[in-house]
Parts: sequence; C-alpha cells; structure tokens
Amino acid sequence: MSSEQKLLHISTSPHTKYQETVPSIMLSVCLALIPAFAASIYFFGLRALVLTVVCVVTCLATEWVIVRVLLKRPSTLGDFSALVTAMLLAFNLPPDLPPWMAVIGSIFAIGVVKWAFGGLGHNFINPALAGRAFLMASYAAPMTIFGPPRTGTMSGLSESTLASLTNKVDGISGATPLPAFNKIMELLRNESTQASELQFHIIDFQETISHLFFGNVGGCIGETSAAALILGAIFLWYKHIIGLRVPVLFIGTVFLLSWIFNGTGSFFTSEALLIPVYQIFAGGLMLGALYMATDMVTSPITPMGKAIFGIGCGLLAFTIRKFGGYPEGVSYSILLMNLAVPMLDRYNRPKIYGKVHTNA
Amino acid sequence: MFGKFSFKGGVHPSHCKDQTASLNIETLPAPEKVIIPLSQHIGAPAKIAVKRDDMVKIGQVLGEAGGFVSAPVHASVSGKVVSVGPFAHPLGKQVTAVEIENDGNDDTVEFTPLPTPWREAAPQEIVQKISAAGIVGMGGASFPTHVKLSPPSNKPIDTVIINGAECEPYLTADHRLMLEKTEEMLCGAMIIKKILGASKIWIGIEENKPDAIAVISEKIAQDKFKEISLAKLKAKYPQGGEKQLINAVTKRQVPSGGLPMDCGCVVQNIGTAYTIWDAVCNGKPLYQRVVTVTGSTIRKPANLLVRIGTPIKTLLEHCDIDYDSTQKVIMGGPMMGLAQSDFTAPVIKSTSGILGYKTLTTGVREYDCISCGNCVKACPIHLVPSYLAKYVQKGLYEDAMTWNILDCMECGSCAYACPSKINLVHYMKVGKFHAMGIKKEKEKK
Ligand code: SF4
Ligand code: SF4
Repeated sequence: MSSEQKLLHISTSPHTKYQETVPSIMLSVCLALIPAFAASIYFFGLRALVLTVVCVVTCLATEWVIVRVLLKRPSTLGDFSALVTAMLLAFNLPPDLPPWMAVIGSIFAIGVVKWAFGGLGHNFINPALAGRAFLMASYAAPMTIFGPPRTGTMSGLSESTLASLTNKVDGISGATPLPAFNKIMELLRNESTQASELQFHIIDFQETISHLFFGNVGGCIGETSAAALILGAIFLWYKHIIGLRVPVLFIGTVFLLSWIFNGTGSFFTSEALLIPVYQIFAGGLMLGALYMATDMVTSPITPMGKAIFGIGCGLLAFTIRKFGGYPEGVSYSILLMNLAVPMLDRYNRPKIYGKVHTNA
Repeated sequence: MFGKFSFKGGVHPSHCKDQTASLNIETLPAPEKVIIPLSQHIGAPAKIAVKRDDMVKIGQVLGEAGGFVSAPVHASVSGKVVSVGPFAHPLGKQVTAVEIENDGNDDTVEFTPLPTPWREAAPQEIVQKISAAGIVGMGGASFPTHVKLSPPSNKPIDTVIINGAECEPYLTADHRLMLEKTEEMLCGAMIIKKILGASKIWIGIEENKPDAIAVISEKIAQDKFKEISLAKLKAKYPQGGEKQLINAVTKRQVPSGGLPMDCGCVVQNIGTAYTIWDAVCNGKPLYQRVVTVTGSTIRKPANLLVRIGTPIKTLLEHCDIDYDSTQKVIMGGPMMGLAQSDFTAPVIKSTSGILGYKTLTTGVREYDCISCGNCVKACPIHLVPSYLAKYVQKGLYEDAMTWNILDCMECGSCAYACPSKINLVHYMKVGKFHAMGIKKEKEKK
C-alpha cells in the first residue's frame, strides 16, 4: 500500500493513556466488596445473599429501563456503577429486611438519586446512602430491627458480660453494638454511686473488639466484619482508587473524639483507650469511611477539600452517635457532607505552581 | 551519593525506551530532496535569502532571522533550490519552505569557529555566533536560544540547568548524546554558563538512565568540569518540563506568567548544549540533529543523525515501518507530540522523535467526569483540570481564567490519568485560546 494514500488518525496529545477506565474502577470496587460480602453470608446466612441479589437485580433493571427505555441511550450497565450502588445499598440494610423494601430502596437510589440528576458523575449525594436514608424514613421499624449473627451475640459482648448485665439493663441482649454500648454508658451514669462496683472491666473488651473486628456481631449486612472491609480497602488503595486522606481523617476524628469524650473521666486507663477502639469498629463506620465517603463522585476533588470532608464526616458522625436520637450517625454524616462538596472544592483550590494562593 | 530530585504532581507512563536506549547514533544518508521550512522556531519566520535555481552548499543561509526573536535557517545538503513555496509543516499547517535537490556532493560553506577560544571571548561575541548558527531549543519548544542567553540586565542568572531528563516515553536521542558526546555536551554547558555569568551548572538526568548518570558523574569528577553538578531526578513525567525541572533542582518556582529567568535560571536541553558547542568550537550551524525513530509499528528502531528537512517518510522507511498496521505517526513523544497526517512533512530543528503507533486513543468510549481527582493529582501546575474542562465546555472562559487556565502547559498529564478518557488537553487548548483573546481584549482597554 502506498504510504500517501493511507489515512492516518489525527488527535490531540497525549497519544497514550493510563489503562484504568471507569468500568475497571467500578469493577475493582465490586471486587473489593467481595470479602465483606462473603463475611456477611458466613455470619448472616442466606438472608444476606438474598437481599444482595435483590438489590443487584433491581438496581441493574432500573438503570437499564431508564437508560434504554426512557432516555434511549446506549446501555450503561457496562460501567458497573449500578452494581457498586446495588452492593453498597444491600450492605446498608439489616439482614432481616423484607426483600420488597430492598426493591423500593434500589429503585429510589438509581431512579431518583442517580438518574434524576443525569447519571454517573452527576449525582451529588451517594445513591446507596440516599436509598438507605429513604428506607429509614419510610420503614423505620424494619430498618432498625436486626437479627443476631448465626454464631455469637448481637452486640459482640461476651456471654458472661451479657449475663452480668441483663438484669441491670433492659433489652441489652438484643441490641447491636452501638445501642448496647450507649445503654451501658447510661447505666454507669445512673449508678454513679455504685460505679466502683460496676466498672468497665465487666465488659470483656478484648473479646468484644475481636468480634467487632472479625464480624461476629449483629448489624447491617456489610457492617459486620471490619477485617473484610479493611482488606478490600487496602486493595483499592493499592490500585490508587481510594486515597487515605478521607477514610483516615474520618475514622481518626471519630477515634479522637471518642477518646477525649470517653465518659470514664480519665484518659489513659485501658478502658479509656479501648472505648474509642470499640467506637471505630462498631456500627457502619468502617463501611462508610472506607467505601462511601470515598465515593469519587460525591467527595471533593481537591486535596484540602478531601481533608475537610473527612474531618467533617467524623465530627458529624461522632456528634450524632453521642447526642443524636439515632444510635448510628455515619450515613447521615456522609450525606450531609456530600452536600458541602461543591463548596469545599471551590474554596480549597490547590495552590498553583508559581503563584500565591488566591480564591478570587 | 545524590539525593533524588522531583516535583509535585506528574504521571508514570511506561518508559518504552528499551528498544533504542542501547543503540548507537547512526547517520541517516542524506535524502534526495530536503524541505526546509523558514519557520522552525517560536517567533518571526526567517526571511528568504535564496531563490529558485540557486545552487547552495551545506551550511549556507536560506533564510535570515526575521527579527530578534527569530533564527536563521541553513541548507542541510548541497544542490539546487528547486522550489520555494508552501509545504506541509509538522505543526500541521502549510508553511513556506525551501526545497533543495541534493547533488550528493556534500559541499559545505567554510565553517569558521569562534576566532578566540571561548573562555576568553566576550559573551556578546559567543551569543552572536550562536544566533548566526540558527540554534533553537531542541527539546521541543524551539525558542531561539540566543534570546534565552541574552537576559535583560535586571534579571541576573545564577543557575544554568541542562535538561537531560528526557521524560517523554520512547525518546532516547538526548540519552544517546549524553553517552556518545559527553565532553562536547558538557563543554556546551560551560559555554552557556560563561555567557550568562552564572555561578552554578546542574545537569538533571532521570534515574532511569543509570549509564548516562555514571558517565557524567565520572566526567564531572575531572577538574575541567568541576563546576558542573549532577541532579539525579525521579523518573516521572513531565520531569523535563522547564518549570518542573527548575523546581526539582533549585526548589524555586517560576512565577506564574513569567519566564525561568525571573527566578534566576536558564534551562537548556542536552541537544542544544551539544549544538552550541558545535557552533562555537567548529563553526557549524544547526543543520542536523538526532532523532529517535521507534514505536510499535517500527520494525528496526534507531537513533538517527538526520539532516534537517528530511521528510519523515525517509526516516520511517529507513527504520522499516509496517505501513499496514500503522494507525498514527507522531512527531515528538506520545505525551506532547503531534500526530502527523502527511509523510512528506520534514524533520525540523525541534524534532526529537518520530513514532509509529498501532494503538489509538481516539474512538475510546468517553464517560462523564466521575470526579476521581486523578487529573488534580497529576497536574504539575496544580490546577483542577476537571473543573477547567467543565468551564470550557460551557463556554465560561472567564471562570476558567480565574481558575488559572492560562498557566496550563498542555503537558497532557491530566488527560493521561483520566479514567473517563476525557480529552482534557483539548479543552485546555480551546480554553487557553479563548482566554488569551479575553486577556488581550482587557489589556487594550
Ligand atoms: S495539560 Fe495543563 S491542566 Fe493538564 S496536567 Fe498539564 S498543565 Fe495541568
Ligand atoms: S481525571 Fe477525568 S474523571 Fe477524574 S476528575 Fe479528572 S476529569 Fe474527572
């Protein structure tokens, strides 16, 4: 073939690109969620599997109907973002939720939160969390009733701790870690006179924390095993998909505040140090900080913005946990901070090379 | 023994240099015809000094400098001028060029080195020589070198940096020069220092060229090159960008909108340093240069010493290009190089490489921005490319300006890193074009 006749492709530089693509990133997130998924099936059995499958099917179907039928655009299922939303939504549901509620939550997450604003990249709050918040508002009772894990206790407290507490605190045997903890704290405050007898060492912290860490506690599907969540997050960090800034500052802030306001009146007793450890492994903090506060679309893009976002999430989560009506504040803290993202980016532009910082 | 120098931001494309890094520079036989554009530099094009049917010799001036910020061009073969007219230029437009038919005799004009040894010569005299030799920045920017070497007296220069980073993937031309013409290149660096009256010379080399680092550290241990220091740079793109290099080596930053001389630095590329030596000590003008020819469709990659004006077709065929699988031909490196549409376009003074490419970046599915922040992390100027692109898409050029779009150096790091495959650099170019217009408009008022 003569060279002159050959049509060459012309395009602007660069002529080479990084191999990572949107689908590959989303797929990696799904992969990272698999250990936690496996743990949830192990601890909660088939119900976790069923709920997750229901969410996945509904989310993908909703996405497909909106894109293909309503918008008549090429399918977007291949970017796997709907799959990520589905898994995260399922992870935020109690294992005993009736599956039809999961269907509603999924439709809301994809149909309203994601597509009403233009699909991937345009939603301003995390669809999975918004789906959870929607269900919380609509079906508060089933959303807050948790069944125990197949082995072990709801709260992760050891049998002996529970036995010594049940006659003193109502309903502690059926509570998930955070409410159980709050009840114990309340008890301690009320019985201040007997505080010397009822000290923290009645709680077998080591065992409890190991349960929280490995997952033998009640709670939402994906919350159960901190270890599995951390494993997946290390994978994402290694692949440069999540940064450390947001999760570390988020968890760090909760840790620090829980330590300062630990309620024991001292700072360096083993209880005072174990309480914040308990706080960071209990509830949805790991799931939220590692997978939902790091959602690219709904977190700031600038380094400084990310830092403030992480700290803000931590502050709000701690405040809600400590003073709010809900035992768990992680999802609301992230949703609230999502709303602040455009502002955080706008006022935290990086200092450019060769110029003093201005926000003109 | 040396700390590693670097800057903040940047990306890590695969180096792809193995194919040519160990190949000696090979002289490409002069082609039958050369096409020498009168504009091969930033600034005014050269003014034509020959006409059709003139006989010319190697080194003869074809075009005189068209102003201070301009450079003359010289014949690279001997023979007859067969035409003067518009020809395809590698930068993608038609430009007036001189076409010479090679008579194969390689007659040269008499090359006159500087009459006095350069150590004793007046700086002005040396700059004159460099300017007459038509030397421009050979790393890609092609800014006339004599202009860089004549800073105004209120901008003293204390540091000369020789840029041996060669951070673009594939390219090995500078690498080979450092290995094969070490002394000459170092001499060129000393000449630059002498002209500017600087106190320090740095040579910045990326750590992925250990052989060059070894050779140069050995040389600079000698007494005659003792004023030169070596900066071992982290291998990262765009380590060889002027601003990044200055920042890595001296920790200074070029003020936004300013030039390296505003922070006391002058950066010259390896090829330029070598050519300066050649002009000053041998009297040779810039009429040939080293070009790396490589890429996935080039079957015999090489580092070639090429006459300026040789059509890229000659280089590609010499290196046995597989035309059938070639989808793209790039002049320069893959990060900032220009895709070529016309194989008759000639090698010019700033051509550091010609790449034959099989894979395409066009036609890849583009997604909407997912705010992943990769572009922000990658930008060596610390801009927020995703926001800039969004402003440009909406035509909000003024907003793009307040977000400093004019500081963008079009390095391509952001677009390289974008998982949504958004061609961010394209938006930057469009945005900068409009922003320049707005700026000029404002300055008029
Ligand atoms: S092309 Fe411009 S915006 Fe993109 S990384 Fe380079 S300097 Fe930054
Ligand atoms: S790299 Fe691309 S997808 Fe990521 S923030 Fe920048 S423009 Fe958006």
